[in-house]
Parts: sequence; structure tokens; C-alpha cells
Amino acid sequence: MKPLRQPSVLPGFGLTFGFTTLFLSGVVLLPLAALVLMTASMPWSEFLHVITTPRAIGSYRLSFGASLLAASINVVFGFIIAWTLVRYEFPGRKIIDALIDMPFALPTAVSGIALTTVFAANGWIGRYLEPLGIKVAYTWIGVTVALTLIGMPFVVRSVQPALLEVQRDLEDAAETLGAGRFYVFRRIILPTVLPALLTGFTLAFARAVGEYGSVIFISGNIPMRTEITPLLIVIRLEEFDYRGAAALGFVMLVISFGMLLTINLLQAWGRRRHVATGH
Amino acid sequence: MASRPYALLDEVATRPGRDTAVSAVVRWTFITLSMVFLAALLFAPLATVIAMALAKGLGAYFATFLDPDTRAAIRLTLITALVVVPINTVFGFAAGWSIAKFEFKGKSFLITLIDLPLAVSPVISGMIYVLLFGLQGWFGRYLQDHNISIIFALPGIILATMFVTFPYVARELIPLMQQLGNDEEEAAITLGAGGWLTFFRVTLPKVRWGLLYGIILCNARAMGEFGAVSVVSGHIRGLTNTMPLHIEILYNEYNFVGAFAVASLLMLLALATLVVKTLVERTGYRRR
Repeated sequence: MKPLRQPSVLPGFGLTFGFTTLFLSGVVLLPLAALVLMTASMPWSEFLHVITTPRAIGSYRLSFGASLLAASINVVFGFIIAWTLVRYEFPGRKIIDALIDMPFALPTAVSGIALTTVFAANGWIGRYLEPLGIKVAYTWIGVTVALTLIGMPFVVRSVQPALLEVQRDLEDAAETLGAGRFYVFRRIILPTVLPALLTGFTLAFARAVGEYGSVIFISGNIPMRTEITPLLIVIRLEEFDYRGAAALGFVMLVISFGMLLTINLLQAWGRRRHVATGH
Repeated sequence: MASRPYALLDEVATRPGRDTAVSAVVRWTFITLSMVFLAALLFAPLATVIAMALAKGLGAYFATFLDPDTRAAIRLTLITALVVVPINTVFGFAAGWSIAKFEFKGKSFLITLIDLPLAVSPVISGMIYVLLFGLQGWFGRYLQDHNISIIFALPGIILATMFVTFPYVARELIPLMQQLGNDEEEAAITLGAGGWLTFFRVTLPKVRWGLLYGIILCNARAMGEFGAVSVVSGHIRGLTNTMPLHIEILYNEYNFVGAFAVASLLMLLALATLVVKTLVERTGYRRR
């Protein structure tokens, strides 16, 4: 049998491992367990009732629908941006490359009020969309815009290293042998970046589903129509309906775990392909 | 006979190839699409923050920071970050040392658990502490009887922020320490250096850039956290309002200059974070 820990000359395993697990348990696992136990203590019928009220269903539809749409938009534009940054030289490329991480570093409340101002009826962009009949702020479109912004870095940062790995001589060889541009894209570039695109999509989607700060300003928060699930949880907490909030949180938690599992499987798949193709 | 394949190669070699007209069109389409997307979603909002903050002139902008509630919010945010970031850094080192220096069962499971807070909605991150310490939570009665306030007070804000920013330093240090290996540490120990001496003189200098990046990122997230803190803070003006929460209050009161002035500070912090990140990457340290 393999020993629990392999011997090493280095000291400090007990101290650091003990501190890590203790701190992890105290700050992360225990509180999360409280949520699970709170939900488990509810009668099954009450749990089902709480998570299937029309208002809750409406919020899932918006949260998951808008997140799915935003992550899909990000796959397309994330690829285009990553391609532009990796393959082309143009003035300001390095600054733009650095700014890609901005949605990640910028507090969500700041991006929330800034997006709302830009896309409001009298905002810089909203004033040109309003005459076309497109209302962005305070509609589901605004929610999608906010979720697209916060998911963007995940796709770009996943795809960039994958694009760097596409072998240019392979592309050159294919073109030399008479392959068209689209054929090269479909048969050489896409297979190489596909795992990265999927990982980016999942990361962006997972982040968008739970997002709160950047959405609540632009969404207008009308129950059943522009109310996201995290906001419904906050409303339940403010009504001191802890069990209702816990049940909704549990639903979101289960879905998040599913996403985390998918991400890990996707990354393992990407690594296997990586090894299989031999570079 | 033998010369024909070479002639073909010569022809291919002199073909303009990538610089054809189609290539140029594709190139400019991609660059334009990227710029339009980023301009609408990223650059316009960033510029709006500055434009709105300065809409009534520099005087109104600076007047925001004389307001006692704004000052209290800035102070609370600084205190929270000052408590949370060092604790998470110590945790990052403990996790890094135990995971990178030793082989044990369940290691990858432990790494997954450390990443857990990244997958959880910020609202849930705040809620779990309300379920534990809130008035109707598990320990609510006990805490009330003993006059201890956690929710709607500083300890709750610190706990929620700690949860959200928990993985950032550890995530930088673990892969970096794994990548750099144990040879130098083992040499130091074998030559008679103690554990702490080895840590401070061998390990710490090796990981300094990754550490700096992790701390900066952790700090940016700690100061900017909104959802989790919003759930536990209670929004008491001048007392439990952090900067992001203060932005929300000012914005909802239509005090746009004030809201965007505070927002401009947090935007500067985000820009500074990205500058440090770029500088750290220039030293050769690459994020995995």
C-alpha cells in the first residue's frame, strides 16, 4: 500500500498542512456546510415549492439564458480578440492586451454603474440605439451586456495560449498543398483551440450565472422579467426568509459544482489531446 | 527530371502567400471587430467614469472626498484589505508549502477545495455567513445573548471578503512552487539550515514575483468586493459601508458626481493592479 505521505527531508508538513486544512475548513467548508444543512432540514415539499415559484423560475430563465447568450457572444468575440492580439501587429496592441484583464480587476459596482450610464437612453451608446427601438438599460439585453463584459477575459485568456501553440508551419504546409483559408481554419486551427474555447465558455458562463454587482444596476430588477437569481436570494435574505434564500442558494451551488466538474473534465481532455498530438 | 520538384518549390517560395488582398481584408475585419467590441463594452464605460466624476468640475470632484461618510467608507475598505490580504497570504504560503513540497494522498482534491470560492456566487459567499451568524442563523441567539455582532458589522465584512479572496495568493504560489522544485530547499536543509531560515532565505526570494502578483490581485478583489459584502454589511452609512457599497448608495440617491468620484478611485486601483501585473510579467514570470 502507498503510504499516506511520502518521506521528505523538508520540515514543516504538519504545520503547513494542518494550517491549510484548518483554515480551509473554518472559512470555506463549514459555512458552505451550513447552507447545505439548512436546505436539508427543509421538508422536501417546502424545498420544491420554494425553488419552483414563478418568480424563482423567471429568475433562472433570465440568469441562465442571459449567461448562456453572453458566454456564446464571448466565444465568438473572444476568439476574434485573441486572434487579433496573437497574430497581428498594430499600434497599442500591448496596452489593449493588458486592458483585457480590466473586467477582472475592476470592482463590479464600478462596471455596473458605468455600463448603465453608457447604455441608458441618454448615454453615449444608448442614445444611438434608442431611436432604433433597442432598449438596453433596464432590459434583459442590458443584463446580457453586463455578463458579456465580465466573461470576456476568461475566453480571451483561455484562447490566447492555445493560439500561440498552433503550429504555423503546419498552416503553411497545408496552404502550400492547396488548402483554402477556411479549410486550414477548420482542420488545423479550430481543433487546436477547441478545448480552450470550451474551457473559456464554461468559465465565462459559470462566472456570469453567479454575477451580482455589475448586473443589478443595469437590470432594473423587475420581478419575473429582469430579476436575476442572486438578487432574488438577496431579497429573500432581506425578508429574513433564510430557508427560502438557502434553498435558492443550494440550487445555484449544485449548478456551480456541475460547472466546476465540467471545467476540470474539459481541461483534462485538453491535456490528453495535447499529449496525443505530441506537442 | 530531377529539377521539376525544385522548380515547384521555388514558385511556392516566391508566392506572396500571406500578404494577399484577402489576407489584408481578414486582418482589418478582425482588428476592427475587436476594437468596436472593446470600445463599446470596456473603453466607453471606463471613460464614462472619468467624464461623470468630473461633470461638475474638479471642485465638486474633490468635495466628495471631504464628506465624512465617504471617508468612513474608504477607511473601512482599507481596514478590511489590511486584515484580509495578510491572512490570505499566510494561508497561500501554508498551502503552497504543503502542496508543492510534499507528496500525499488527496492532493488534487485539496487544490479543488481551495478553488471552490471562485465557483461560488458572491451572494452565496455572503449568505453562508448570514446563515451561521445572522439573527435567525445557527449561532444568532448565542451571539445576541453575548452582545457580539458579526453580521451587519466589521467581522462579517472581513469574513465575507476573506472567503471571496481566499484562493488568489494560493493559486499563484502553488503552481509556481511546484514548478520551481525542491532541490535548493533540500540542499539548505541537508547543510543544516532550519526550516524557517530555508523558507525566508531560499523559498521566499524564489517566488517573490508570483507572490507580489498574487497579493496585488487579492488586494484588488478585497477592496472591490460588492455582492458578498453587500449581503453581510447592513449598509449602515458611515459605519458598515465599504467603498463599493457607498458607490451604490450615492448612485441610487442620484449623486452621480459622488458615485463616480468614488468609482474613479477604485478604477485607478484596478489600473494600478494591471500595471503591476504587466511589470511582473516583464520580469519573466508567466502566469500558468
